[in-house]
Amino acid sequence: MQALVIAAHGSHLNPNASDPTYAHADTVRETGAFDEVREAFWKEEPHFREVIRTLEADEVFVVPLFISEGYFTEQVIPRELRLDDWDPERWDSDGTSASQATLAVDDVDKTVHYCGPVGTHDAMTDVIVQRAESVTEDPDVGEGFGLAVVGHGTERNENSAKAIEYHTDRIREQDRFDEVKALFMDEEPEVDDVTDYFETDDVVVVPLFVADGYHTQEDIPEDMGLTEDYRLGWDVPGEVDGHRIWYAGAVGTEGLMADVILERAVDAGADVGDALEAVRQSVTLTGDGDGDATRPNAEPGD
Amino acid sequence: MGDAPAVDDLIDAVDAGADGNGDAVAFDGLSVTHGADGYTLETADEEWSGLEREDLEDALEALSAYVTNWRYWQRSVGGEGTARRAFLRWCERAPVAVDTDAGATGDAATDATIDHPSIDDPLSVPERYDALRAGLDREWGQLCLTARLVDDADDDPTGERVYDLWHVDDADTDIADLEVYDEPRDARELATHDEDGRYRPLKTAPTLPSGWAFTGLSGDELVDAVEFFYPATVANWHRELRGNLDVDHWTDTAERQSGIYDVIDELPREAVDWMAEACCVDSQCLRRREWQYEDGDELDVDGGDGPFPCREPCSLVIAAARKWTILESEEEHTYELELTTSEYNQLAELIDAVAEGRTDEIREADVNDGANRYRARYLRSKRFDDEGDLEARQVDD
Repeated sequence: MQALVIAAHGSHLNPNASDPTYAHADTVRETGAFDEVREAFWKEEPHFREVIRTLEADEVFVVPLFISEGYFTEQVIPRELRLDDWDPERWDSDGTSASQATLAVDDVDKTVHYCGPVGTHDAMTDVIVQRAESVTEDPDVGEGFGLAVVGHGTERNENSAKAIEYHTDRIREQDRFDEVKALFMDEEPEVDDVTDYFETDDVVVVPLFVADGYHTQEDIPEDMGLTEDYRLGWDVPGEVDGHRIWYAGAVGTEGLMADVILERAVDAGADVGDALEAVRQSVTLTGDGDGDATRPNAEPGD
Repeated sequence: MGDAPAVDDLIDAVDAGADGNGDAVAFDGLSVTHGADGYTLETADEEWSGLEREDLEDALEALSAYVTNWRYWQRSVGGEGTARRAFLRWCERAPVAVDTDAGATGDAATDATIDHPSIDDPLSVPERYDALRAGLDREWGQLCLTARLVDDADDDPTGERVYDLWHVDDADTDIADLEVYDEPRDARELATHDEDGRYRPLKTAPTLPSGWAFTGLSGDELVDAVEFFYPATVANWHRELRGNLDVDHWTDTAERQSGIYDVIDELPREAVDWMAEACCVDSQCLRRREWQYEDGDELDVDGGDGPFPCREPCSLVIAAARKWTILESEEEHTYELELTTSEYNQLAELIDAVAEGRTDEIREADVNDGANRYRARYLRSKRFDDEGDLEARQVDD
């Protein structure tokens, strides 16, 4: 038997923070690729600490629903899961290249494949592009459009910026959008000045965040000048300095994220049959974008 | 569908040694062995020996409860040794801990050795079948679980169980008045907000809203639904039953923290008692707190008496502990302020009303209650200064 655990942050204050985790877990459940699928959280339940014991499977694939390698993926999650002999070196990563490490846990007799975060997987590049397609409702969006991928920046974690730049470079190489830029919340180039960085009239802005919350639903829309007050909402596209800003909200809410989760598990040796194909089909056909990016739906903080 | 296929299955299992006991099946008070002089059949009340297969079939036909019970647990449920199986056994008051075929008799003595608040005298198979026909109820936090035999056996082998799940407050509510669900995942949504629409970050808080029911769940679905309502409670209950619950006391958990929670191991010893009284008693959380300050140093506060244990401080306690650690690092001062005796008492009433969560219940015009809104506004108007602070003088510096 094999099980999948999706490890996410969760929130004590915002009931929507776990929505994407549940949605992607359900998409994977529908494929039947794993005997068991569990959501696990730092701030909600089941906690990382107690999730492995809820499983009957001997082989467990843990995929962190986090954007970058750093404090949570290298320190908090492995410690709370009780991964024996964990060391970030086991990932042998340059900051964006972690794939997996196979370890024992010290509370139950199981093998855990601890995967790199979803945010640094190559398949994440496709999700960003699909997010742009969803928000513009145009499967061929690209020509005449700029694309901004937005992240935190390096203030808390240098790998956070690396992940943003990694995907930005990969999308640029596709030669699909007229311009592709990485922007940040707490360092240059700042998302506040988004229109300064693009020649194109239309700019799709995709924050590389797992869930919608304070940053994606309050800070970024206000910082870009898309709205005076997040509580009033904003238009998609919204007019800023003569540009049309297509603000997508957190990339993590995109249905195709389930594909990245599966890719992580497959890279770590999971046998998922034709689930990858099934997931890509299901989330592409339904679109599955939330389609109401104008709706502020989050409380500040966590 | 009658019991004949179950009888055949069982005899085949005896002959094949399929249950791992040689040429024998022994389960929940039923024992069938195949020796040189034919079959031997035993229950708590009766014994036959030297039976030919045909005689055995006839005898088993008359013991259909034992036979279908064997098939349900050994063929439909399976999962020997798992928490899922133990929980489903508990749901119908079957012996929980010793439920392997190997020598288990399933009699009342089996569970008598398990000292656990959730375990009472187990029922024999005939007693269970009587109870299952009417529906056998168990409580798990605010959940009421009912195990029952499938009514219509056209599609299911006789003896299959199904399970219903609803809120304990709805025990007397007509099912027609409840929102009925059959997909365990729907439990996540039901558990997200309380009756007033407020987010429930703690799944085991006693604030689960009522008004819904899951009906006709399979055993696996029941366990899934329970785990969505109360994550990891089944696994930890099972570990506790087996005597291997790994409790992490306050100091273990506090010292493990990092980042912004690194400070919480500085929370004073006495504050941990106050914290447990604030957050962990049954009125706030239905888990039975098993963690203490540290091994050999118990907290004074009652841990509760629910069926499922709390094995370490949860993330909400950790987050709150950070706040209290910071607050407890402040110096104490002596203040001097003017209050009437009633005003002094009113401060206590206000704190108590908030702590008990009863501010919403205080009637608009009940000015006899010190926590009444008008009473509070009056006190604020009288005793606050222009900055909006309680008028007082610090006298110890």
